[in-house]
Amino acid sequence: MERVFKNFKKYRYLLFELTKKNIKLKYRRSYLGILWTLLEPILTTIVLSIVFTSLKKKSDSTFPVYILTGRLLYSFFAQSTKQAMKSIRRNSGMIKKVYVPKYIYPISDILSNYIIFIISMLVLFGSMLVFKVNPTKYIFNAFIPLILILILCFGMGLILTTMAVFFRDMEYLWSVVLMMIMYTSAIFYDASIVSKQWIFHFNPIYHIIVNFRNCIYGAPLDMKSLMISIGYSLASLIIGIILFYKKQDKFILNI
Amino acid sequence: MEDTVGKEVLRVDDVGMRFNLMEKKVDNLKEYFIKLLKNEIRYQEFWALKNISFKVNEGDRLGILGLNGAGKSTLLKIIAGVLKASEGELSIRGKIVPLLELGAGFDAQYTGVENIYLYGAVLGYPKEFINEKFNEIVEFSELGDFINVPVKNYSSGMKARLGFSIATIMDPEILILDEVLSVGDAKFRKKSEKRILDMFDKGVTVLFVSHSIEQVRRICSRAIILDKGKLMADGPVEEICNLYEEKYIGTEKAVKPKKKKKKKKKLLATEATTEKPAVTPDTVVEASKELVTDAVVEVSKELVPDASIIADQEIVRKEDLLEDANKEV
Repeated sequence: MERVFKNFKKYRYLLFELTKKNIKLKYRRSYLGILWTLLEPILTTIVLSIVFTSLKKKSDSTFPVYILTGRLLYSFFAQSTKQAMKSIRRNSGMIKKVYVPKYIYPISDILSNYIIFIISMLVLFGSMLVFKVNPTKYIFNAFIPLILILILCFGMGLILTTMAVFFRDMEYLWSVVLMMIMYTSAIFYDASIVSKQWIFHFNPIYHIIVNFRNCIYGAPLDMKSLMISIGYSLASLIIGIILFYKKQDKFILNI
Repeated sequence: MEDTVGKEVLRVDDVGMRFNLMEKKVDNLKEYFIKLLKNEIRYQEFWALKNISFKVNEGDRLGILGLNGAGKSTLLKIIAGVLKASEGELSIRGKIVPLLELGAGFDAQYTGVENIYLYGAVLGYPKEFINEKFNEIVEFSELGDFINVPVKNYSSGMKARLGFSIATIMDPEILILDEVLSVGDAKFRKKSEKRILDMFDKGVTVLFVSHSIEQVRRICSRAIILDKGKLMADGPVEEICNLYEEKYIGTEKAVKPKKKKKKKKKLLATEATTEKPAVTPDTVVEASKELVTDAVVEVSKELVPDASIIADQEIVRKEDLLEDANKEV
């Protein structure tokens, strides 16, 4: 255990460099560059608002804020897990030649997505101003769902990377699962319109979104959702770490 | 080993490396489950290294000799930490710099400057250290203004030069050289050789792999021979190089025709056996009868040891599967 920390200390600069590289290269050679982190959620939210306004029961002037809270969290989860899943394969050239703790690759992918995600929060604050969703003291609770989703991504990222090294199918399978998660996350509809409420129990993202929305709309945290999301996050992290450590020495034989 | 009085920096203790060669590569889930259900997942064991033990003291310059496929690169990869040995222990004291494939950690989109920091980080250098040595790296690589150009536009020589400059900027305790002394043009080669020789003077420990015995003689103080994953000899460089030359380079030529003959025999034999059922007793001439029986005897001779090997492998495979299953449980 002590060795792991020592090793991490030695390579934390690499983690920083790789995270920086991901962010830098993501928008290099595009004219608007980092502005896309803001533009992209704005544009998709406009589209979703227009399309799905009719799905809200009562007409709600803050609907775009509602969509944005869900969409930002979901797309961070989707992007980071998708990218992390391919990280070992993508860096196979380096892994085969130089020793580097392998978890650095998926973790740096997730971190870079997280930073972009946090930057895109600016859009949310902007939309809160525009649609007059006034922040209350509960907004300070928002760090809880934001940390929980990061932990969930670390865990899922490690699990998926390990699986994807051995089975390429995971990449396709996961995009199907992501679609299911998207439709069961109540991003662009009200959760109460769903008759089969049990479906939400299988979706950790839904519970994180519920609490994040509560923080934004000035309501206390929903304890049940909080417990479920803590459970999912910690379980995935523990399973991810165990799985990754058990299999990481075999990665090189499969990439 | 006898003539150096340094402390031990590397100890390789009974190291073995096993690869499971899957008979057919399974890399998608559907196939995996089908094969798992049908109990068809089999591995063939292959020991790239077996029972390798040696020690390296500070200041030793160890040459590793061996024919292709002897396990030299596998051994270096294990020492560099890229591969994990299936069995045995490895203890290393000090910083290792592997000059295995220069520039493997480069990102093609990144410029030279950015890659200096990235590759430095990959090698585990702290940021302050790279800042401090930055100018020296750029100067040594002779890239000039190209340092601000994305690496994807570099020639292979430029890439190697930059890689070499970054990797050798720190004085490592252990240097792993895998035939990289031929980097870039003649001028740069001279410069890079000088830098490595300077490191020798400072007492760096070197692990060197090369097919050129002359180079090994020139650089190393000690050598080992690997053959099919086994450590065959270990001793002073002159003695070992001579042994290698007479034993391996000599015998390799003698082995080749023998192999061919064997194959031919096998071919003949199989042809004979496949013809056997078609031969009716009426038409058989005495001579051909003799031929067939001869062939059969030969085939069985050749087959029997093979068969026992196959049986052994079956057992090993089953054990392997069990082991895997246990692990997964």
